[in-house]
Amino acid sequence: MIETISNPWHWGVSGVMIVLVMFLLLIAGRAFGVSSSFKVVCSMIAGRKSASYFDFDWKDFSWLLLFVMGTIIGGYIAGEFLASPEPVQISQATINDLTALGIAAPSEGLLPKELFSFEYLMTVQGFILFVLGGFAIGFGTRWAGGCTSGHAITGLSNLQLPSLVAVIGFFIGGLFTTHLIYPLLFA
Amino acid sequence: MKKLSFLLIGILFGIIMTKSEAVSWYRIQEMFRFQSIHMYGIIGVAVILGAAMYALLKKMDVKTVDGLPLNFKAKPETYKASLFGGTVFGLGWAMTGACPGPLYVLLGNGYLVILVILISAFIGTFVYGKIRHKLPH
Repeated sequence: MIETISNPWHWGVSGVMIVLVMFLLLIAGRAFGVSSSFKVVCSMIAGRKSASYFDFDWKDFSWLLLFVMGTIIGGYIAGEFLASPEPVQISQATINDLTALGIAAPSEGLLPKELFSFEYLMTVQGFILFVLGGFAIGFGTRWAGGCTSGHAITGLSNLQLPSLVAVIGFFIGGLFTTHLIYPLLFA
Repeated sequence: MKKLSFLLIGILFGIIMTKSEAVSWYRIQEMFRFQSIHMYGIIGVAVILGAAMYALLKKMDVKTVDGLPLNFKAKPETYKASLFGGTVFGLGWAMTGACPGPLYVLLGNGYLVILVILISAFIGTFVYGKIRHKLPH
């Protein structure tokens, strides 16, 4: 059982399991969307008077904070007890592209160690990728009113046109970074 | 007690995100280079099955565990915000290789530098909240 779960999941299985999460949140009376938690954290820390956008009682969203805490715990459980024995099996074409940028093929773990370290964060490239990148995630998801979970999965499932427009935006931005910014940063 | 269920659903989601490898920077690189079906398969199955589920739940008029109507709230029709905000998020998604859910999940997986990205995201949301009246929506 544990061994079956520990192997990387087929994408079809993962897709079905995400729908299960969406279903559980719906029958619990909520809607699936992670980036709303950023707004709740801001309201909690900076206070509801800091801007009209944060003027709500964050305690009304304590369910979302619990959900987010759960995702952290779930990540810990999966990483500690259910980790895959083999590297992430990305395509050879991607390995070739990354090698050309000077990034090694996956060996162990979910992220390239040479990038996701505090040493790399202190470089200009690391600062741009992680600090500006993180800022763009927080700013952009809230401007768009959702992220991958709220727009790409829940919104599209609920046939929302604004979500389709948002997903097109996600790809405009993502393709720009991948094909124009990465070659510049890793030149 | 009921609140605890959200913690449990979150734990399930964290495990799913890790085992699906949707939290992997490598998978996001692969997706934005169109070199594998992996991420498109995950999102595609979730959306097709999700749409069927939404249609069925609406048709059968299913209620929440408390007997209330389900939360089918429509997204606001602020198309400029969707497009511009979506594009800004997309830039960050490819830079960090993570969207909001995976940021939390990766922190749990023990990648501490993710905390810097997460705090930057909170600051991004805070700045958005401060200047949103000046932005097109």
